Amino acid sequence: MKNPSVKILWVLAQKELRDGLRNRWIGAAILLLGTLAIALSLLGSAPTGSVRASDLDITVISLSSLSVYLIPLIALMLSFDALVGEFERGTMMLLLTYPVSRWQVIMGKFLGHVLILFIAIFVGYGGAILIMVMLGSSLEGWQAYLAMMFSSLLLGAVFIALGYLLSVLVKERATAAGSAIGLWLVFVVLYDLVLFGALLLDEGQKIGQQLFTTLMLISPTDSYRIFNLSLFEGVSDAAGIAGLASEAGMSSSLLTGVMSLWVIVPLVMTLFVFQRREL
Amino acid sequence: MINSDAENNVISLHGVTKTYGNQTVLRDINFNVQSGECIVLVGHNGAGKTSLMKLMLGLTRPTSGRLEVLGQNPAFSAAVAQRLALGYLPESVAFYEAMTGHEVLMFYAQLKGSSESECENLLELVGLGDAAKRRVGTYSKGMRQRLGLAQAMLGYPQLLFLDEPTTGLDPILRQHFYELIDELQNEGATSIISSHSLHEVEARASRFVILKNGDIVAMGSLDELYQQAILPVRLKISVAEGQASRVAERLGSDVNIMHINNKSFHLSCLNNEKMPLIRHISSLGEDVKDMQIMPPRLDELYAHFMRGSEQ
Repeated sequence: MKNPSVKILWVLAQKELRDGLRNRWIGAAILLLGTLAIALSLLGSAPTGSVRASDLDITVISLSSLSVYLIPLIALMLSFDALVGEFERGTMMLLLTYPVSRWQVIMGKFLGHVLILFIAIFVGYGGAILIMVMLGSSLEGWQAYLAMMFSSLLLGAVFIALGYLLSVLVKERATAAGSAIGLWLVFVVLYDLVLFGALLLDEGQKIGQQLFTTLMLISPTDSYRIFNLSLFEGVSDAAGIAGLASEAGMSSSLLTGVMSLWVIVPLVMTLFVFQRREL
Repeated sequence: MINSDAENNVISLHGVTKTYGNQTVLRDINFNVQSGECIVLVGHNGAGKTSLMKLMLGLTRPTSGRLEVLGQNPAFSAAVAQRLALGYLPESVAFYEAMTGHEVLMFYAQLKGSSESECENLLELVGLGDAAKRRVGTYSKGMRQRLGLAQAMLGYPQLLFLDEPTTGLDPILRQHFYELIDELQNEGATSIISSHSLHEVEARASRFVILKNGDIVAMGSLDELYQQAILPVRLKISVAEGQASRVAERLGSDVNIMHINNKSFHLSCLNNEKMPLIRHISSLGEDVKDMQIMPPRLDELYAHFMRGSEQ
């Protein structure tokens, strides 16, 4: 075999990565995430006198609460155009006359976009911590911070996959951009609003603990929240929800499993639609 | 139609029909292409040239009928590896605008397993050596077309699909372009070229396939097409000053005479009437100074087939 699959995937991923660097996309994302992380950890260290938690635990709480809005938005901005843009410009047609399978096109782009997010998150959030340490903060609770970075990447991957599904389904780029905002609203804002609204109206009549837990777990953004707010003791103490997740039977593997499903299912659906598509 | 040796067929189409919604863009297309042939698809816009190419490239699937390219159904995943041997220049080719010419070509080269030196040679060959470091977004139509050609030639393809390849190229480049195709052709490559006119690739085409509204209206070499068309041959007769009408009259009333002036006139006849007429003219003696035979032009041939299917 002259051109093994892995090499093709890498060539396609590299192109996305270089696009991200060229249009200053990666730089902007690093700057945004890094600035927020520094700002929040500076804010977080101010009231530590009254709270027992370490600086980093507080930062994880505030940063993950913000990331749950920001990371999906960044991921969708990266992905909504990925397929429909190439259909519209006509570059996809030429690409598919090369010895490249359609699944390789999807997976190559996915790999590239996840790498872009990886760089943005790890350089942005990671760099912020290095700066804070240099300014004299302690590294206590770094495990929770590292877990937050990984779960942020996983959350980003979810919305990259959802963005592709959108991108392969719509006919025009403008529609894709609009739908991406809609998708973000539904997953990040509306789902929780409706869920908590229903809970309030219901007053514990029909929606029991079990159903509520399941409804929380289904949502990738809620899984991310629970993962970050309650799995590490220091963090969950500081957040005031100690032991909540383990009581409800949610382990880190269950939560990451749910999020992984949110990556795999949209990707498979995207591929299914793409395979049947005529250029 | 050449259909002798199925083993030699690089492409074969059997009753291929393609419809989009209720619009039929190709209707019952049958033909084979043998290794080393240069097939020119001719037709107006919307005749089905691009649709036919997309089917052969596996970008679309036929509504009915079947086709094979290099022994495979091009839309099947098994055909993916075969695309190493294939080059395609789309009509109005689109590239990633933010990349430089060199980056674009390298991207495609890596997908085909071609080397960087091959890329640089190709860029030089199409005259983009100096512009290689510039963004494709700044390229003119002609430069894009040349970059398109360069990517189509990556990996020395056995089978070339060129969709209206010379639009936007100046005459010198056009010439240069055909020299490149000739080179590949000499190495045994098969090419499928689509074109608006028969002029385009007249000398290179082994066969023309004339499409109209999704139907093949004629197919064959130039000679075969002329035979099928039965177009009139025109003769230009030059005579001594002031003798034109007198000579014309002597030819008799059943000859079709046009454009008569002081010292020359044109006449037209069918190919099989040509020789008797020429003998008659030469028997007229000193009055006839010169005679030019003008075979039907390609335009007329094309127009004939385009009209023909309307009747």
